[in-house]
Amino acid sequence: MIKRLLPFMRGYRRQAIAAPFWVSVETVCELILPLLMAAIIDDGIQKGDMSAILKNGGLMLVMSMLSLTGGILAAKFAAQAAQGLGASLRQAEFEQINAFSFGDIDRFSTASLVTRMTNDVTQIQNMVSMCLRMLVRSAVMMIVAIIVACSISVRLATYVLVIMPLVILMVGLMMKFIGPLFGVMQKKIDGLNQVIQENLIATRVVKAFVRQEHEREKFRAANNALTEAGLNAIMRMMAMMPLMMLGMNLATVLILYNGGQMVLHSELEIGQLSSILTYIFNILFSVMMVGMSLLMFTRAKASAGRIFEVLDTVPAIADGAEEMPQGKERGLVEFRNVSFRYAAGGTGDDVLRNISFTAQPGQTVAIVGGTGSGKSTLVNLIPRFYDVTAGSILLDGRDVRDYKLDDLRGRIGMVLQNNVLFSGTIRENLLWGNPDATEEDMIQAAKDAQAYDFVMSFPDGFDTHMEQGGVNVSGGQKQRLCIARAMLRHPEVLILDDSTSAVDSTTEAQIRQSFHDNLKDTTVLLIAQRISSVRNADLILVLEDDTIVDAGTHEELMATSSVYQEIYYSQQEGVSENG
Amino acid sequence: MANQPNPPRGPGGPGGRRGRGGYQKPKNLRATMVRMFSYLTRRPFLLLLAIVCVAAAALSSVAATYFMRPIINSLTDAVAKGQTDLPGLMGSILRLLGVYAVAAVCSYGQSALMAQLAQRGCNTLRRELFDKLQTLPLSYFDQHPHGELMSRFTNDADNVQMALEQSVVQLISSAITFVATVAMMLYLNPLLFLVTLLTLTGLMLTFTKVGGMSRKFYASQQKALGEMNGNIQEMVEGLKVVKAFTHEELAKAEFNRLNENYRQAASNAVFYSSVLMPIAGNLSNIGYALTAAVGGAMAILRGFDIGGLVSYLNYSRQLSQPLNQISMQMNSLLSAMAGAERIFEVMDQQPEIDEGVIGLVPVDVAEDGTLTEQPNLNRPRHWAWKLPEFNGGYLEQRPDGNWQWHVPNPDGGVDIRPVTGTLVEEEGKRYELVELRGDVRLINVDFGYVPEKQVLYDVNVYAHPGQKIAFVGSTGAGKTTMTNLINRFYEIKHGLILVDGVDIRHIKKDALRGAQGVVLQDTHLFTGTVMDNIRYGKLDATDEECIRAAKTANAHSFIRRLPDGYNTMVTGDGANLSQGQRQLIAIARAAVADPPIMVLDEATSSIDTRTEAQIAKGMDQLMSGRTVFVIAHRLSTVRDSDCIVVIEHGHIMEKGSHAQLLEEQGRYYQLYTGQFTLS
Repeated sequence: MIKRLLPFMRGYRRQAIAAPFWVSVETVCELILPLLMAAIIDDGIQKGDMSAILKNGGLMLVMSMLSLTGGILAAKFAAQAAQGLGASLRQAEFEQINAFSFGDIDRFSTASLVTRMTNDVTQIQNMVSMCLRMLVRSAVMMIVAIIVACSISVRLATYVLVIMPLVILMVGLMMKFIGPLFGVMQKKIDGLNQVIQENLIATRVVKAFVRQEHEREKFRAANNALTEAGLNAIMRMMAMMPLMMLGMNLATVLILYNGGQMVLHSELEIGQLSSILTYIFNILFSVMMVGMSLLMFTRAKASAGRIFEVLDTVPAIADGAEEMPQGKERGLVEFRNVSFRYAAGGTGDDVLRNISFTAQPGQTVAIVGGTGSGKSTLVNLIPRFYDVTAGSILLDGRDVRDYKLDDLRGRIGMVLQNNVLFSGTIRENLLWGNPDATEEDMIQAAKDAQAYDFVMSFPDGFDTHMEQGGVNVSGGQKQRLCIARAMLRHPEVLILDDSTSAVDSTTEAQIRQSFHDNLKDTTVLLIAQRISSVRNADLILVLEDDTIVDAGTHEELMATSSVYQEIYYSQQEGVSENG
Repeated sequence: MANQPNPPRGPGGPGGRRGRGGYQKPKNLRATMVRMFSYLTRRPFLLLLAIVCVAAAALSSVAATYFMRPIINSLTDAVAKGQTDLPGLMGSILRLLGVYAVAAVCSYGQSALMAQLAQRGCNTLRRELFDKLQTLPLSYFDQHPHGELMSRFTNDADNVQMALEQSVVQLISSAITFVATVAMMLYLNPLLFLVTLLTLTGLMLTFTKVGGMSRKFYASQQKALGEMNGNIQEMVEGLKVVKAFTHEELAKAEFNRLNENYRQAASNAVFYSSVLMPIAGNLSNIGYALTAAVGGAMAILRGFDIGGLVSYLNYSRQLSQPLNQISMQMNSLLSAMAGAERIFEVMDQQPEIDEGVIGLVPVDVAEDGTLTEQPNLNRPRHWAWKLPEFNGGYLEQRPDGNWQWHVPNPDGGVDIRPVTGTLVEEEGKRYELVELRGDVRLINVDFGYVPEKQVLYDVNVYAHPGQKIAFVGSTGAGKTTMTNLINRFYEIKHGLILVDGVDIRHIKKDALRGAQGVVLQDTHLFTGTVMDNIRYGKLDATDEECIRAAKTANAHSFIRRLPDGYNTMVTGDGANLSQGQRQLIAIARAAVADPPIMVLDEATSSIDTRTEAQIAKGMDQLMSGRTVFVIAHRLSTVRDSDCIVVIEHGHIMEKGSHAQLLEEQGRYYQLYTGQFTLS
């Protein structure tokens, strides 16, 4: 994990090295203090030598000052290094996610991607700053303290070697047995959050069915499960701490007794005894701290794993090499025997089979079919949100995989089924489609999408602020803004994926009219539920069971396609009698 | 571990909540504190025990340091006298060991008890919060994003729990330790304490200065974090659109800016919060050095004993610890109280108004029309309103033996109404049972979700029992709003809504809603099996009932084809099912409830028209014998309604049957024909 994180430390290397250095300075200076103290007692007080007291006291002051400087610098560099690493990690992830294909996004899910960019990185940051300061400090302290303790009295220092393995064993046991308990607790937290989340999303359902009591029961169960799991983990953890303290105190007592005997036999000075006690305490304390740091380490390791999973994903869509050719046929879309399945090479079923058709420049091609017949998938293949499993798709005579992705998508305007507006003004949202568009362009696009009137009805017009996800406009208004955004690009190919479903039929007819008038040279691919929306298309494809079962104009299909007729009549009943 | 900087609280779990400022000051400190701690004081005996443990643990560790004194002193004496044996040594050491043992036991007792108290207290807090949420009106949820409410349960509740579990104990323990330490130092050598006073002043200054800086930078760090996390959330959720519009480079540039902002802010904040410990520690080291020198001099000049000096020095090194703890715990206590305040704010919300008294009960209908309450009827075919005497209205027996209602009316008079249903007596109270017919009337209804913006104007709709009423109109015209009023999700501004002639405000909300089944526009399912989800409509429904309902909704065939059939797990709000499939399950869920009144709000919008035609029969069956309100933008769905209500901008434009409205050649005619006319 460390090896993989190192490259992200680039740019903060100086700080990453300086931090442990100054921590070491701080620790060493601090550790010298008890030694000097011993000198004050043994050389000064006991011998009545005032100058020894002043000399050693002065030295102690100098050491404390040095230690203070070290501490401040260490804190500074550690903070910079850890935060710098975090920033690099987030940036790398963000870049990577932007290179993801739709398949990659689906696989990770957006919620999980957000967590991987926020919480997981925070874990790593905490771990690094912990390592740089606490771990280094503990390690240095342990080594120096052992050396100094040995230099005072090897015999007394050996007692540490008896206690130390015991403390290490305890820390080890704690990590082994208590770590997983916290894992269990985390699961219960997820379970509780799920109950709350679902309850909040489905408030209306809960109230409509009068299921508040049922929900309370569910919550109570999850809540109690969490408390039990939490206590289970915490109570064990709590038991460990006093035990460890007791272990350390036991060492103190042992040394005090044996050291006392040594003092009596003049093998040890009394000041030395008091300082060795401090060192022993330091040693055992640092063993404990190392254990704590390692515990943190394991948590960060899981986070690092999740981050690297993102970074290691090879985007399923590779950029093409060729520049856009300036052919004269612009907007010619061809499907040649296209098949597609989501898990390429996996066991998934075909979502599309043997799709072949051509959309001539300026034509409107409509796609109709039942829920789940693969309509959306079909249009998502054109801008290479997914790549075909077999066959090929050609734009202006070239395979879409040969284009540079930016060029390819730059020629296509898309209104997705689940469309998103971003926080910012309506103007900013529309200009997303085309940052260079003029005010007139924007107003025209809004008019064409039948959005102008309602935009102007807002007090701030185009400067109306949109909340995240566009929650302050209705579904139909959102769809119209999304259409305007796509139209502002003046794309060669415009793809509309069921993008007027929330717009009433009268407004929809007006939108169709403006498409007809203003997008004469644009190839339009249109997915719709209503026959009225597709009736005038140059070509209508009828999708059923993953493939095109019929194709033709409305009149042709009415004559030949039983599926199309069925769709038609299901929407049509009763109209014939009115002519 | 102690000098870990407070971890920046980012968005919590997988929900991706926005981080909230950790150092926000609570507004009403005292009240919030008292209320927060009331979750600990519910088990007063345990709490008292815990506090005793805290005090004992703190005092015994201070005492332990003091017990070093006699040991060192007797050693010094012995050495001075040239003794090689010290009989009292073992005893002193055992005494020390005893103190250590007491400290260990007490510190275990303290942490174990506090963990119990805090975990259980927080369990109660979360439960009360959730219970409260269930009672809040929908308008509250409209105004508060889910993420915000969610973070009450996670970030805020966690902060409270941490504070209850640790801050309290640490504060008490640190305060005791500090006072005891100072007392011991004064006792050991009051003169030397002057040196210590110097150090203490330095420490205090550091904590106020650095602490203040740290808080300031932490606030700006939180702000930068919020902005960055907001951007991450939005960009990741809109990633597909970003890619469709090849907006990646601009998105990266914006993100890098926010990321850099956060890095700088966080570097400062973390520095200030982590530098506190080394400064404090080393300041006491300086004090230690000064004390050593001065104390040494005193030992020579004034005969201060070495044991006392060693003990004193140990105290002086320990002095910064409790201060450091207090400063850290105060911060987390403050942020916990800010969290607690946000939780209490939700808890103090006005619950949904429900002053209704009329209940709904399943009944058996005898041949002579007499109703008997049948609480255990497995599949109630009949429901009845249960009217108690209320609002001054009472039942009285007429001379002919029949009963009548005596109800004061607003004009000061009294309305007399004969009892038409069945009179029952329960625990000394009389009720009239009236069979539910499903007659729904909206009379002159005005409504707005917020006072400033009216949504419905003077709406009048009558639905006779068993009728199908359709609402038609453009998006945002107010169709869904109508159905939200019938089950009293919202309170109307003016007018009256009557069910079977009774003002719905007099009906208990549970009863009113229990009488109505709904299939909503946005389908929401719960984690559990498909069967569980259907059973949500009627918790005691048998498997057969659920399957029958699924068949009615035409969901049976697709459910059977799922990997585990009816036992297939639905996860993530039904993310593993298509929108159409989710709607079919929602229809089955409403069907199993078998309610007398049914509301279908775009129930089939995500089902293609062919499938819709296939389930038409089931839908007909679902609707038969009930009063039904239908909203659909597909006019084919509403054609056969008894009454079609056309709404525009909150006004009713037309009402009538399909044929009538076509004849009138008004708005409906335009909509209907417009659907098939290409401009």
